Amino acid sequence: MEIVVCVKQVPDTTEVKIDSVTNTLIRQGVPSIVNPFDKHALEAALQLKEKHGGKVTVVTMGPSQAKDALKECVAIGADEAILVSDRAFGGADTLATSYTLACAIKKLGKVDMIICGKQAIDGDTAQVGPEMAEHLDMAQVTCVSKIEVEGNQVKVEREHEEGYEVVETQIPVLLTVIKSINEPRFPTIKGTMKANKKEIPTWTADDMEVDPGQLGLKGSPTQVRRIFTPPQRVQGEIIKSDTAREAAAILAGKLLTAKIV
Amino acid sequence: MQINLTDEQKIMQKLVRDFAEKEVAPGAAERDEKEEFSREIADAMGEMGFAGICFPEKYGGAEADVLSYILAVEELSRADSGVGITLSATVSLCGWPIYSFGTEEQKQKYLVPLAEGAKLGAFGLTEPNAGTDAAGQQTIAEFKDDHYLLNGSKIFITNAGEAEIYVVFAMTDRSKGVKGISAFIVEKGMPGFSFGKKEHKMGIHSSITNELIFQDVKVPKGNLLGKEGEGFKIAMATLDGGRIGVAAQALGIAQAALDYAVKYSKERVQFGKPIAANQAIAFMLADMATKIDAARLLVYRAACLKDLGLPYAKEAAMAKMFASDIAMEVTSDAVQIFGGYGYSREYPVERLMRDAKITQIYEGTNQVQRMVISGSILR
Repeated sequence: MEIVVCVKQVPDTTEVKIDSVTNTLIRQGVPSIVNPFDKHALEAALQLKEKHGGKVTVVTMGPSQAKDALKECVAIGADEAILVSDRAFGGADTLATSYTLACAIKKLGKVDMIICGKQAIDGDTAQVGPEMAEHLDMAQVTCVSKIEVEGNQVKVEREHEEGYEVVETQIPVLLTVIKSINEPRFPTIKGTMKANKKEIPTWTADDMEVDPGQLGLKGSPTQVRRIFTPPQRVQGEIIKSDTAREAAAILAGKLLTAKIV
Repeated sequence: MQINLTDEQKIMQKLVRDFAEKEVAPGAAERDEKEEFSREIADAMGEMGFAGICFPEKYGGAEADVLSYILAVEELSRADSGVGITLSATVSLCGWPIYSFGTEEQKQKYLVPLAEGAKLGAFGLTEPNAGTDAAGQQTIAEFKDDHYLLNGSKIFITNAGEAEIYVVFAMTDRSKGVKGISAFIVEKGMPGFSFGKKEHKMGIHSSITNELIFQDVKVPKGNLLGKEGEGFKIAMATLDGGRIGVAAQALGIAQAALDYAVKYSKERVQFGKPIAANQAIAFMLADMATKIDAARLLVYRAACLKDLGLPYAKEAAMAKMFASDIAMEVTSDAVQIFGGYGYSREYPVERLMRDAKITQIYEGTNQVQRMVISGSILR
């Protein structure tokens, strides 16, 4: 199986700081990591490869530092890694990003499966995976928690709040996975040595067949007006009482005092 | 002088640290309490390739350097020093002598599975009456036809019972004293080779320590390591390297103690302010940090010398002696900073203090290290 895993390098923090002037993330001083969801995608790909043979290629779009994320993926077990990087890709929203990644995947040739993490922990959109499938005119299943492949048949479990659906589809397919699908393995020492020596090719806009109008800022219909940290929600008050009647009375009293009712 | 780690070393350090924090640290207190060795962790380390860091690729290793391996022992020991010494015993005390003195056939048969992490190793030198005075070996190996007949016992052997491969020392010619000692590779499962009682120790509870018992164990002559009579030389050379591992273990323990002490002293409030706001505490922390850094430089230097192929016996002895002495001091200070809580098993620093003590004793007591160092400078 030819499997492509799309990853994103993200800042290693849940409290991302934002530059309120430029409306961009402050990346300085924040260590970068492979988006945690994407590590589950890579693990899923490696497990499929171990079972069915084939090759796992990791692709990311980003600045040259994103090579570190790719090297980590190689250290964990990916066979190949490609950095898609060009000034022309800068300022891309999810549509332009998914278009660019789709162009890179087209250049790779035959691909049986694309696996992405459900979403990145910085942007949280969960859009790039599904949009890529649209650009590539490929079937897609999101929020996958289990993958089984037999020949061309792909059977997956798709998780939602009430349980899961079993979806059957065929290769080629794009899947986005959630964290419960597996436990990602650690990079090994040998893998790290291999990754350190590995040449990671960089594909620019010139290396791929692209419509320049759909790249980067130009190809991005979404414009970010403002990024801000939402004000912290004030914690509510829980009225504890022995009986509901008593609690209701206390609540009514408080509402009256506050002149809400 | 270059004092920065290379990018490769930094990546290795992070890799082991991530593993140690996620897989080793969480169960450390429980393993200590139950005096439990975790084969699961040992196997996981094997799969990750920790045991092969500094061996060539053709012997199943990653062909990185000794310093990367030392960083691994330090990081593991920060989480659980029993786990750190499990690795160090396999790599420094078993893999290394086979790599340095073994035949090609022995390396393929024994070093490869050690480096690939499929098997664990151990080293059997100490006997009830032959500790620091290793020449007093009572274990004997008699040559008969195509094998050696091994009889005797060893005590305080790290990884004993769990390890599949043992480098064992025995007298082949008592009349020659230390020159009558030979080294052998012994496999778990060889008839007559058994394990005695499990040692109940003050610390490093997650490391297994056991007795080795040999009763007419037939060791094939092909398992003689080096030549007959080279055993003492092999043992001393092995311990020179092993000491860097113990030094790294001590360093990890000390670092862990400092980390806990810093965190606690910022959180613990007395007289309306964190105790770290008192110079009495802050200065203790400053001294602890300085000692640890000094030890770290000694330990890394010894590893670098080994990497460069330069003599390192004296420097390894200095590193082991200093790092273990400061580990004892720093862990004791950490207990002091924690006060009553430090003495309680509810907090981790008393474990670190118990773990630190052994680093002043094994692989050559610190008195032996002083003998090595003074012998070297008075030569």
